[in-house]
Order: sequence, then structure tokens, then C-alpha cells
Amino acid sequence: MTLGLIPLAILMWGVTYPARALPMLAPGIERLPPQAVAYLRLAGPAALAALAAVNCLLTTDSPPNLALGVGPLAVGICVVIVWRTRLLLVGVGAAVVLVAVARAMGAG
Amino acid sequence: MDGAITDSAGDGVRESRRRLVGDALAIAAYALPVGLVYGLAALQAHFTLLDVVVSCVVVLAGGAQFAAAGMVKDGAPWLAIAGVTLLVNARHLLYSAAIAPYTAERPRQERAFMAQFLTDETFALSLAHFRRIGRFDARGYWLGALVILVPWTLGSAIGYLAGGAVDARRLGLNVAFPAAMAGLSLGMVSGRRDVAAALGAVAVAVPVGLVGGASVGLVAGAVIGPFFGLAVPVSVNDRSGDRETPEPSAAAGLP
Repeated sequence: MTLGLIPLAILMWGVTYPARALPMLAPGIERLPPQAVAYLRLAGPAALAALAAVNCLLTTDSPPNLALGVGPLAVGICVVIVWRTRLLLVGVGAAVVLVAVARAMGAG
Repeated sequence: MDGAITDSAGDGVRESRRRLVGDALAIAAYALPVGLVYGLAALQAHFTLLDVVVSCVVVLAGGAQFAAAGMVKDGAPWLAIAGVTLLVNARHLLYSAAIAPYTAERPRQERAFMAQFLTDETFALSLAHFRRIGRFDARGYWLGALVILVPWTLGSAIGYLAGGAVDARRLGLNVAFPAAMAGLSLGMVSGRRDVAAALGAVAVAVPVGLVGGASVGLVAGAVIGPFFGLAVPVSVNDRSGDRETPEPSAAAGLP
């Protein structure tokens, strides 16, 4: 029996877990200066917005190109729906349906 | 009187948990099909089924796993894959730091175990829930963790076994992840500082990503975006400058 790519998974865990654990395990994190706390609070929406942006506005080519089309439009519609209704499932569902229909019609 | 306060706080927690479940369903609904796509990518990169499952449970970071599958397929050295993983997952440092004030009173071993499951989705779901109720809630955290771990792993295994049976792109499923992240980001906005941070992050991530690659853009946007928010003065009703301060558990009406 070979271990295949399991050692690679463990290596990837080894460079991922410290980022997940260190701030939670570090003593005194709750005693940070107010500006640092404000920064960390803003990091949440910033990180998720950046994650959404690079995943819908950049192609997977190397180097990436700007992806303009039905994908970003669908994400924008999802944002509007979530903003108006607070229902994430409805927003994501609408985005998926829009893209599926557009691609079935030969767009996107 | 105290009972009335506790009942009221308990209602708030239950209401927040109901909303968490609704949002979690949306996450689970896309995690499964996106997992299918990853399983297919792993199959094409000559992973075994065990590699796929271990990767999902041990690494539990979709972006890095997709990148690794592509790099393995291209014959990249493992050190390079580790470097990309480090870069792609650097954002977890910010997530962990943002969650930390809520978990500070939990036992060290519990925090160490919880950290393993701190994904984009778990962070987004649980932090929004903690902010709504004003304290840590273990049930909320683990719900947020399981709705990604289980469908992601299951979907990946099914995708691997089913081979090319599903065309995720044609079905529009590839837009589910960015749509969900954008929607969850909106759920965290509680003032114009949050809006500025989110828009600033996008404004940085996209051009930097075009030049340096998506991962570099992502980290740059996540790190620099909050400074846009800090540059905005705090308005009267703006809570985005508030400290993440959990309430005592009794006041929140939790067991």
C-alpha cells in the first residue's frame, strides 16, 4: 500500500492550521488596541468581498483576465436579493438559475 | 424580571439560530455540487479516493485544494503547492483573530479543535451569529462547521466516483461560491465602515489579482480592504467600529 498524496494533504494542513489556530490560541488577543480590534472587525466583510470578487471577476487563466459576463451579473443579483430579503439561499439559487439559463441560451 | 430578560435573550438566540440554519442550508446546497467539481478535478489529477477524502477532512480549504489538484496534475513540486496553500489560506489568520474574542473563555483544547474547522463559510456563518447574539455559541459554531465539512467531503467523493457525469459549469454551479461569499459579506455589514472595507477590498483584489494572480489579489484585498473602512468616520448608528465583546452567557440566555 502506498500513501499516495496523503503526505501532501498533511503538508498542506501544516501550512494552513497555524493561520487558523494561532490567533485563537494566543493569550491576550481580546486586549488588543481599539484600532487593531476595529481592523479585525472590518477584515470579515473585506475578506469575503475579496473572495467573491476574485472568484467571479477573474478568469482561471494564468495570468488571469477580467471575466465580464453573466457570472458577475448573477453575483450582483444575488447581492441585491440578499440585501432586500436577507435570504442567502434565494440569492444563490437565483444566481445559479440565471447562469444556467444564460448558458443554455448560448450566453456566458 | 430576571426570568423575563433571560426569556427575551433566549428568544434572540433561537431567532439567530433559525437564521443561521437558513443560511447554512444555502451553504450546504452549494457545497455539495462544488464538491462534485473538486472530486472530478482530483480524479483528473490521479488522486485516489482516499486522497480526496483525507484532503477534504484534513486540509478543508476548497480554494487551496482546487489549486493543489491543478498543480499535482501539472507535476508541480510539493514545496510549491505548500507555498500556494500558505498564500491562499493566509486569510484564515484574519478570520481566527476576528473570532478569537468570542472564544477566549473556552478551554484551550476546544479552541485548538475548533480552529481546524475555521473555513470561509464557518467563519462567515458563526461570526454573523455571534454578533447577533453578542456571545459565543458552540452549537452555532459547529453547525457552521458541519454544513461545509459534510457536503464538501461527500460531494467530492461522489464527484470522484461519478467521473464526468456532472457539468457544473453548464449548470451554473460555479457561480454559487462567489455568490454565497458576496451574500455572506453583505450579512456582516453593519455600517458604512463595513461597506468601505468590502468595496476597498474588491478595488484592491481585482487589479492586484490581474497582475499577481487570484490568490495574491485575494490576500491583498483582505489585508488592505479594512484600511478603507478605518478611513471612514464612525457614524452614530454604525456598529462597525465596536469591539467584538461577548456578553456573559447568562445574559445571552444560553445553556
